[in-house]
Formats: sequence, structure tokens, C-alpha cells
Amino acid sequence: MTQETRTARTLRLRLPGLTSHRPGQHVDVRLTAPDGYTAVRSYSVASARPGDELELTVEELSDGEVSPYLVHQVAVGDQLEVRGPVGGWFVWDPADPSPVQLIAGGSGVVPLMAMVRAHAAAGSAPGYEAPFRLLYSVRSPDSAYYGPELGDLAQPPILTVDYVYTRVAPAGSLTPPRRLDAPTLLASIIPVSQNPAFFICGATAFVESVSDWLVQAGYPAERIKTERYGGTGVTP
Amino acid sequence: MGIVSPGFFGRRRRDDPALPPGQYLTESFPVLSAGPTPRITPLEWEFTITTETGQVHRWNWDEFLALKQDDVTRDIHCVTSWSKLGTSWRGVSIDTLFESVESDAEFTMAHSYGGYTTNVPLDDLLGGKAWIAHQFDGEALEPAHGGPARLLVPHLYFWKSAKWVRGLELLNQDEPGFWESNGYHMYGDPWQEQRYW
Repeated sequence: MTQETRTARTLRLRLPGLTSHRPGQHVDVRLTAPDGYTAVRSYSVASARPGDELELTVEELSDGEVSPYLVHQVAVGDQLEVRGPVGGWFVWDPADPSPVQLIAGGSGVVPLMAMVRAHAAAGSAPGYEAPFRLLYSVRSPDSAYYGPELGDLAQPPILTVDYVYTRVAPAGSLTPPRRLDAPTLLASIIPVSQNPAFFICGATAFVESVSDWLVQAGYPAERIKTERYGGTGVTP
Repeated sequence: MGIVSPGFFGRRRRDDPALPPGQYLTESFPVLSAGPTPRITPLEWEFTITTETGQVHRWNWDEFLALKQDDVTRDIHCVTSWSKLGTSWRGVSIDTLFESVESDAEFTMAHSYGGYTTNVPLDDLLGGKAWIAHQFDGEALEPAHGGPARLLVPHLYFWKSAKWVRGLELLNQDEPGFWESNGYHMYGDPWQEQRYW
């Protein structure tokens, strides 16, 4: 387990019998209380690890029921009931040679990180040669996930990473903190002419705005895959 | 009983019999869609029922609003574990739309603007169980929630209630729709917890 930020923790799970996982998928975690009460939540998988292990990064929601337990209480060696990975839509397919534009809002970076990591792993399919670009909208440098690793992996044109800081900009930044707007978005992504495949994940309002701006700018709707995490960052 | 987490107590369910297994109550109305939200105006909207023999029944927005309108209050259950109780809708019962339709088919595929599809047995759409809804809480249904109109099949997981619905296709055989082809259950009964295959 790794503390990712003040409010998020990455858990590594061993799933006996796990044979494959496609980057972008999620798992369902079911917790059972001593009296039999159960709660199920979905969490995106953050890693494309070989073998029977995978990682989840869980953000604690202030009014959460399951996330506080996963961020603060669950301990190394504990068993959890996990179903999956599931999902066949919001997944990156290495056989697809298209350039890929990833757009993350906050904890929405998790399934996109699985794609980045899968793409960075050596592979022979055409998708591994395709350029990846990640636009990551985050409150502050402190609340960004996977910072050092993304810094290491960022090697344009194979992977380009752009940050938008909405509350606090990094020290020495020439750009004041601001919310992502359409001009900033369109200036930081792969152009229409290259027909990129889009994966957008984050809070509902963020995904809604970004996908609307893309369609208005002429990007075809059928190239845009979205995953909306609900009001404040809950996974579907 | 599954694996017990001794330190987990969760939010007590208040013994709500209206809540299917594994679901939790939400006061908000989350939006889940696989792509950008289609923006369809009532002027360009039309609804069709296509029978297994290829007969097409067609309604434009005005014709649709001229049909008998139902006001219904139902609980809805999303496969992603949230449930919302007592949601209020206005729309046209599928029974009303089928009054002039002749068909022996047992299955349907709902088709949406934007390309979404989902399969529902015809029996689950008739008998006062499903509507084409165009109002939520007394307001026109917002595009993000499927407006101008969405299918409403509240007794199944909510992905079956296709947003931006534009038609029902009658089929002699059951076929998977969009999410059903992507790992989700063909029928989707929340009380049986039929989330995935």
C-alpha cells in the first residue's frame, strides 16, 4: 500500500486466478460488516501489472461509505471480496494504431494511468508506437497522483503530459491556477487532423464540459469515450 | 456471507426494504454515459417502433405529446450501486405506444441518438412497467439525463432505461445491446443482483 496523496491511497491486490486485465477496466469491491451488511463500490484499476496482481488508487470521499475504510483501515494481508476486472468499452486496445488523447479530472486519472502504463510497457502491437498525450486537471501539485512516475514516463512524442492546476499552481509557475476552459483544452491536445481516440474520466461536470467542447471543436463524438465519476468523484 | 471486514460498519441501511442487495441510497442524480451527451432538439426528435416484419410506427414530438401522458413515481437502481427512491417522471406508457402495433416478437432493442442500444424483453416493457419519459421532477428532461426523452424501465438496472431514445426494434431473438456486449448482464434484475455476466 502506498499513500498517493493526503486523501488517496494505492492498494495492491493479489487476485488468485487473474489472467488478464485491459487498461481502463474497473473492479467491484464488496465489503461485508460483521452483522452481514454489505456495500459494493466500483474502483478503476490503476496498473497493468503482469500476473495476478493489480493496483487500485482510492480517493477518500468526505461522505464516503467504503472509501474511508479502504484509505485508512484496510491493512496489508487483509482479504477483500473483489469482482472483475470488468468493462469492455472504456479500454485502450493496443491493436489500435490511433494516437490517444487522455483527459483526466482529479481521481479520473486512475484508469488513464493504467493505459499510460500499458502503453509504456514494451509491446509489438501498432498501438505501442502511437503517440499518447495526457491532459491532467488537478487542484494542486499536492493532489496529483503518480507525479514522479509520470515525470519519468513523459517522453514526447511517445508520451506528453500537460497539467492544469485549478486551485494552486506549482511554485514558480508562470500560469496562475485556473479551471480548464475550451481554449486551454484545445491548445493542449492532439489536433483534429490526427483523428485521436479520446478517453476522458473525472467528475460528471468536468467530463460533460470537456466532451461538449471537443464536439463543438469538430472532434467526432464516436471517437470520444467517457467515464463519469459522479458528483464528487464516485466511480460508476 | 462474503469475507467479513471486522472494522467495517458502513452506513446502516435503515432496513430499507426498497433497496436491492449491494445498493446504497443517493440524494443526487449521477450521470453515467459512455460518450459525449447528444444534443437533440424536440424539432428533430422522432420515435419509431419497428416490428419484426419491418412495419414502422412513427411519432414526432407533437404527436408524442398528444398521446395520453402518465405521471409515475418509481425507485431507480443503477448497476454502479446507487439507488434513488421515489423519482417522479412524466411520459407515455409503452402500452399506449403499442396500441396500434401488431407483433409476435418477444424481444426488443432500444435505439438511441448517439448510437447507444440496450435489449429488453417485450414483457418487461408492457403492462404498466415502462415509459418513454420526457419530464423529471416536473421539468423537461435535461440532455445529460437523456432528454428530450428516455426509456424508463425502473424495475431493471438503469442502463436499460436508454437515454436519448429514438426507437424500439422488435426482435424474434434476444440480442445484446451496448453494455450487454461489454460485460453487463442480458436481463439486469437488481433484486437478483444481475450486474454482470
